[in-house]
Amino acid sequence: MLRRSLLAGLAAGALVAGAAVAQGDPVQIVYIPKNTGNPYFDSLVAGFEDACASLGCEFTQAAPATAEATSQIPFITAQIQRGVDVIAVSPNSPDALNQVLDRARAAGILVLMVNGDIVGSEAYRDAAILPVDFTRTGPGQVELLGSMIDYQGQIAILSATTDAPDQNTWIAAMVNALETDPKYANMELVATVYGDDEPQKSTTEAEALLQTYPDLRGIISPTTVGVAAAAQVLQSAGRADEVILTGLGTPNQMRPFIKDGTVEAFQLWSPYNQGWLAAHFAVGVRNGTIENVVGGTFEVPNLGTVTIGENNVINTQAELTTFTAENIDDYDF
Amino acid sequence: MIGALLRGREAGLVVMILLVVAVVGGLAPRFLDWETLRIVALAVPLVLIGAMGQMMVLVARHVDLSQGSILAFSSIVAGMMFRDLPELPVVAGVAVAILLGAALGLVNGLLVVLFRLPSIIVTLGTLSLYRGLVFLVSDARQVDPQFIPRGLISMSQTSPVLGIPWIVIVAAAVALATWAFLGHSRLGRQIYALGSNPVAAPLRGINVVRVTLLVFTLSGALAGVAGILYASRFGYVNPGITGLGFEFAVIAAVVVGGVSINGGSGTVLGTVLGVLLLGTVSVALPILGVSAFWQDVFNGAVIILALLVDRGLREGGARALRRAGA
Amino acid sequence: MSVAERPDGPAGPRREAARARPGWQVALVRPEAMTLLLLVGAFVVASWLSPFFADATFILSSATFYTEFAIVALVLTLLIIAGEIDLSPAAGMALAACVFGAVAQAGLPIGLAIAAALLAGALMGLLNGVLVLVFGLPSIIVTIGTLTLFRGLAQVLAGDRSIGGFPGWFIGIDWRLWLGIPAPVVIFVVAAALLAAFLGLTVTGRQIHQIGTSPEAARHAGIRVRRIKMGLFVAMGVTAALAGLLAASRLASVRYDLATGGELTMVLMVMLGGTSIFGGRGSILGTFLAAWLLVIIATGMTVANVPVTSQLIVMGLLLIVSIIATNVIYARSQR
Repeated sequence: MLRRSLLAGLAAGALVAGAAVAQGDPVQIVYIPKNTGNPYFDSLVAGFEDACASLGCEFTQAAPATAEATSQIPFITAQIQRGVDVIAVSPNSPDALNQVLDRARAAGILVLMVNGDIVGSEAYRDAAILPVDFTRTGPGQVELLGSMIDYQGQIAILSATTDAPDQNTWIAAMVNALETDPKYANMELVATVYGDDEPQKSTTEAEALLQTYPDLRGIISPTTVGVAAAAQVLQSAGRADEVILTGLGTPNQMRPFIKDGTVEAFQLWSPYNQGWLAAHFAVGVRNGTIENVVGGTFEVPNLGTVTIGENNVINTQAELTTFTAENIDDYDF
Repeated sequence: MIGALLRGREAGLVVMILLVVAVVGGLAPRFLDWETLRIVALAVPLVLIGAMGQMMVLVARHVDLSQGSILAFSSIVAGMMFRDLPELPVVAGVAVAILLGAALGLVNGLLVVLFRLPSIIVTLGTLSLYRGLVFLVSDARQVDPQFIPRGLISMSQTSPVLGIPWIVIVAAAVALATWAFLGHSRLGRQIYALGSNPVAAPLRGINVVRVTLLVFTLSGALAGVAGILYASRFGYVNPGITGLGFEFAVIAAVVVGGVSINGGSGTVLGTVLGVLLLGTVSVALPILGVSAFWQDVFNGAVIILALLVDRGLREGGARALRRAGA
Repeated sequence: MSVAERPDGPAGPRREAARARPGWQVALVRPEAMTLLLLVGAFVVASWLSPFFADATFILSSATFYTEFAIVALVLTLLIIAGEIDLSPAAGMALAACVFGAVAQAGLPIGLAIAAALLAGALMGLLNGVLVLVFGLPSIIVTIGTLTLFRGLAQVLAGDRSIGGFPGWFIGIDWRLWLGIPAPVVIFVVAAALLAAFLGLTVTGRQIHQIGTSPEAARHAGIRVRRIKMGLFVAMGVTAALAGLLAASRLASVRYDLATGGELTMVLMVMLGGTSIFGGRGSILGTFLAAWLLVIIATGMTVANVPVTSQLIVMGLLLIVSIIATNVIYARSQR
């Protein structure tokens, strides 16, 4: 009897000790953004870093020099070799990473997509943390533009590369909203052009839009490089009053255009909050305090209750944040 | 006779430009507008300035693949100066950009001359090295638009005369200066001589080291000018994007303009026309509504076509020379 | 030094023939030796930088990211020795891969898709060859034009989608181990051995060197310069197509943006191996070693979490230093 209780005690002690050791080992998280030198991702990283400072996880980032489709593969492979616990990626391609992600998960690593999802390949990752409900982004942009042009006139879209998955998701939703919602019946989408996220190409495409469609009333550019180029074009041509521009951009990039009235309003979300949330989620799942099931919920300090949506997609915020002259100085990213 | 031959080459380029304008104008009449001219004029100054520098290097039988990285380095340092030392006048930033560009170009030249290295490899190395320095010096952070001086940005917008923006005037001035230098100065002629026969050059009294260092320094300095104008044109500087691929656009334009890859020949006028041709095509395609998927096909085809036309003209000219018993 | 003077005789100062250099010295002054040295050095540094590096499985598996480019670089070496250059193979990889994908997606048998891709590669090489050899255009610029063209055609074929759904036996070639080594690496080694034998032991191989040294002299010597060069261009195209298929297998999908930026990597591998850009000199062994050098450096720095900033600087310095060393070695070996 004594021996049995002693054994039981030892077993219990070992269990507690084991759990304590497991809890004690800091969770190692690595985040791989699309590329280096992009101020947007700096903000995301700050969210990760601050979260890990408070949670005690170890955070590193590794970024390729260019945002090519396969540029992240060697980085993911290296991180698997380093034995990290969590790999968070902002993917450059919807499917080029599939094979290497398979290897990561086979090694027991938690794979998260951050800021963008691998559309069509969701089976290859454990969860995706998106900044906002991506199905709302397209309609949100159409609504914002519509509200500034009295819901009538010709509009155009200036996008990034032809095969960027998030862009195509948003554009498809925009087209759908324009075609099905009677509110936008008087708005006509005349062109969708691609600036490849290159300043020169985006500028030329924007200028071509103005030239080809003299009655153009509005432009939506859901990409930072594109909306900055289009704003520059409108400012140079002095046509910012005739052609209303909006899109997705960072406050720091768009500040001069808001201040001088070239752009009235644009939208984005908080990359910082994404990093914050992603870190909390990752640590929670690794420690067993959060269960990665559709419909589950968990608490994140400063963000409240977060729900795990369909396909294990987690949206950091519900709707887009709209930036105007009133609130732009509250942000620094 | 020689004059007619040269005029033949440039004429071919003019013909191609007119052809493009005619075809596009026929398909999309809106193309034939002063506005289009303005768009094309704004699309070319950076490449034009880079092309002037690259041209001199190519004529000397070298190549500079690092122009884009030099552009980025000059641009980001100037941008950082504007951001961190806002009291400094814009001219100081411009001067720094040009000097840095010249210095980096000089390094290219020194490597080529001191170690007798092929410039294609040296500049391939510095392309990577300098880009790394861009990230290093800027801490991988971009210089936001709010820090670029208004005066600089307005250079791409305002104009002193006939609605031609300052940036275009600067580019034209650079082209003019290059034409005067290359065609009508002793040093300029030495560059051509060096390129057409590097072995015989010292025998003709040409200081090979000095001329080689000169062309690389000038190429770098002009890349620096392009760097400052980049900030003017696009309003911000990003360490990863700025200048990426610049040297290839420049080289394509220069070679289309008739500058031989083997050195020793090429004219400023031809280069300018080459830049204009590729610039016009790049503007025409979106106006035509050519789907983004087809644009690269057209760009590639135009380059090949221009080369064939140039070759055809040269063959025709050579044949004419032979017939004339030259 | 190696010349000794005997007392003057009636015919003037008599000199002994220069002493033959010891074999090891001859071997050492080849540029491949320097590449090998750099390779060993890089391995040592990489192992010191990170404890995770020195793991054969990891290194070999990481090598598969570069083997596609490396195989193309082997054939590119031959072309450069012959005095030409081709910057279009990376775009060619994408186009061939998209042809493969398009045919496969149309429901036709995979074998046909593979054949179509290889045929596309041959046609691409033929186009380059015709433009350079028949029309006399400079290969460096022509292939800049064709690379843009091929990339564009890949876009037209595949649009903005990716094409996947290939049969299980086709995909995942980098997972397949032959003798414990990933299949692409084995293919690379075998290809290197075959091409080295071709270059060093066959008549055509020697002729390639002669063509590169002096096309005029080669023509006068009766060598079919045009035919050999055309053959090399077509070989480049087919090899690019093969590399494209390997990439399609590794990624299990094809997109138009496959292999972007590969042009520079391929040229880098050839240059680092000591092949002269002006033609006439070079070796397959050099390219082979240089490819491994690149793999070691890239993998070593990435697994040590060295930021890309430093990676760019290291790559740039490496190229410059290695080319300086190569030149110094060649200069010394001439004395």
